[in-house]
Amino acid sequence: MANVQPTTPVVPRAPRKSVVTSSPLAIIAPLAGWLIPGLGHLIQRRWIRGLLLMLAVFIMFFAGLGMQGKVYAFNTGDLLDILGFVGDIGTGLLYFIARAMDWGAGNIQRAVADYGTKFIVVAGLLNIISAVDAYHIAIGKKQ
Amino acid sequence: MTFELSHFTAAIVFAACASTVFGITQRNTTREMLRYGAYCFVLFVGGVIVASWAMWLLKH
Repeated sequence: MANVQPTTPVVPRAPRKSVVTSSPLAIIAPLAGWLIPGLGHLIQRRWIRGLLLMLAVFIMFFAGLGMQGKVYAFNTGDLLDILGFVGDIGTGLLYFIARAMDWGAGNIQRAVADYGTKFIVVAGLLNIISAVDAYHIAIGKKQ
Repeated sequence: MTFELSHFTAAIVFAACASTVFGITQRNTTREMLRYGAYCFVLFVGGVIVASWAMWLLKH
């Protein structure tokens, strides 16, 4: 006996809803996190994470300045100098304050000043990672 | 204000700060964050020690 099964019409699946929600926080949080390290998490009530991120970036930035590291200005010269500027500007307001106060002139006579330059660049890069994390929290991709 | 850090102290400060950010941003739960942060810290400091010995061996 033939096993006849009722045929059900194939309904095309609706496209999955993306987790990305368009809330103003999705723009404000990463911007705030970039300008002031950790603020992107703090405005989303992630107090401990925000404070730890702020502490980590501030320590790296000021340790770099303390070691007489160089703060790169905007430039179109050597590729490494351009990348140094891109890294530095990741620290947000700290970068602009340092430039305004004329901090970070650098000191080529001290070996440790070169570590300081790297500390400042890495502080900026870590802050960019933090700002992206704040964005992920804002859109609900992360708790 | 300037200060002089030894290479190793600078590496420890670097490792602590970078591990904190990596731990918080790359994992979802508090427990995972702590574990991953500690893992990164050990790798950073361990890498420094291994590289130091490698350079010492190359020199001698």
